[in-house]
Amino acid sequence: MNKIISSIAIGMLSVTILSSCQQEKKLPFYGERYAETIKDAAGVEKIDTVYQTIPNWAFLNQDSVLTTNKATDGKVYVADFFFTSCSTICPTMHRNLMTVYNDFKTNPDVMFVSHTIDFKYDKPSVLKKYAQKLGVDNAKWQFLYGSKDSVYTLAEKNYLVAVGEDSTAKDGYIHQGYLVLIDKDRRIRGAYDGTKEDQVEQLKKDIPVLLAEYKK
Amino acid sequence: MRKYIIYSIFLFSVVAVIISCQNQETIDLQNYMSNGKDIYKAKCQNCHGENGEGLGQLAPPLTDSVFLKTNKENLACIIKNGTNEKITIHGKDYQEKMPGFPELADIDVAQVMVYVTNSFGNHQGFVPYSKVSTQLQNCR
Repeated sequence: MNKIISSIAIGMLSVTILSSCQQEKKLPFYGERYAETIKDAAGVEKIDTVYQTIPNWAFLNQDSVLTTNKATDGKVYVADFFFTSCSTICPTMHRNLMTVYNDFKTNPDVMFVSHTIDFKYDKPSVLKKYAQKLGVDNAKWQFLYGSKDSVYTLAEKNYLVAVGEDSTAKDGYIHQGYLVLIDKDRRIRGAYDGTKEDQVEQLKKDIPVLLAEYKK
Repeated sequence: MRKYIIYSIFLFSVVAVIISCQNQETIDLQNYMSNGKDIYKAKCQNCHGENGEGLGQLAPPLTDSVFLKTNKENLACIIKNGTNEKITIHGKDYQEKMPGFPELADIDVAQVMVYVTNSFGNHQGFVPYSKVSTQLQNCR
């Protein structure tokens, strides 16, 4: 009898340990980082890690409204770089991102931001038409237009996505198809290839994990 | 008696020729379908989707058999040269520009066209390369 009880107890203990292990799941941090010495509330010096963050930005959105980082501040958001006349990877990226958008449509803590890299043609009116035809009709998914310099710098230095003009490419531009996941403190927490369904599925699983980090 | 044997051999060979002809067409169709699928994946799937479902109102689905049938003669030209015209698919208007694919050889156009018109619920049957070639020479 004792044996049975003790084996049940051991079983329950191991289940508890295992399940508590799983709850520890946290997304990684991407980009540069450095250590900084800070003082906590009690005045004790501590070493803290400072991660790369997305700087302030300001662009015109699909409604020609000046939109800044205030729109995404305090939210988890997914950013990507595309252009409307792209016939290669963009349609697939946005087809897949659309499924993520539909999943989190009603969640006020999640947003989507797509930057066009076609500074010549993709004016806000073009972006508006594109958004409507894709099936996006609300402010949760912003399509942003900016100067070449500001968008390209933001892509390469801050979101770590390669973009560029290329006259030899079929549509005139080349870029990577990453969907970059940013947390509420503007840190990069994930990058998913938007052309691969399995990675987009992973993004869908990771967004709730990231949101859960803030619930504690 | 001899006559009968000769007749029956003759008849038999005629039937055999017909059957082998049909087989050749089935083989060609299978060939076109498998090559066409590869081309579809590389050139068309981005916009038109894995199952020809299209993308919002940006790219039309390829499931409108009536459209495909009425524009049968025109499909090869659209695939190769793209289109700017407004088209109506399943009662919805689409007017985004479709890019052309001039890098496709006539045989590639034929194969991908046969693939599209015999997938996604379409069953238009085989179109030989020679016919597609003629259509491509007469594009508007």
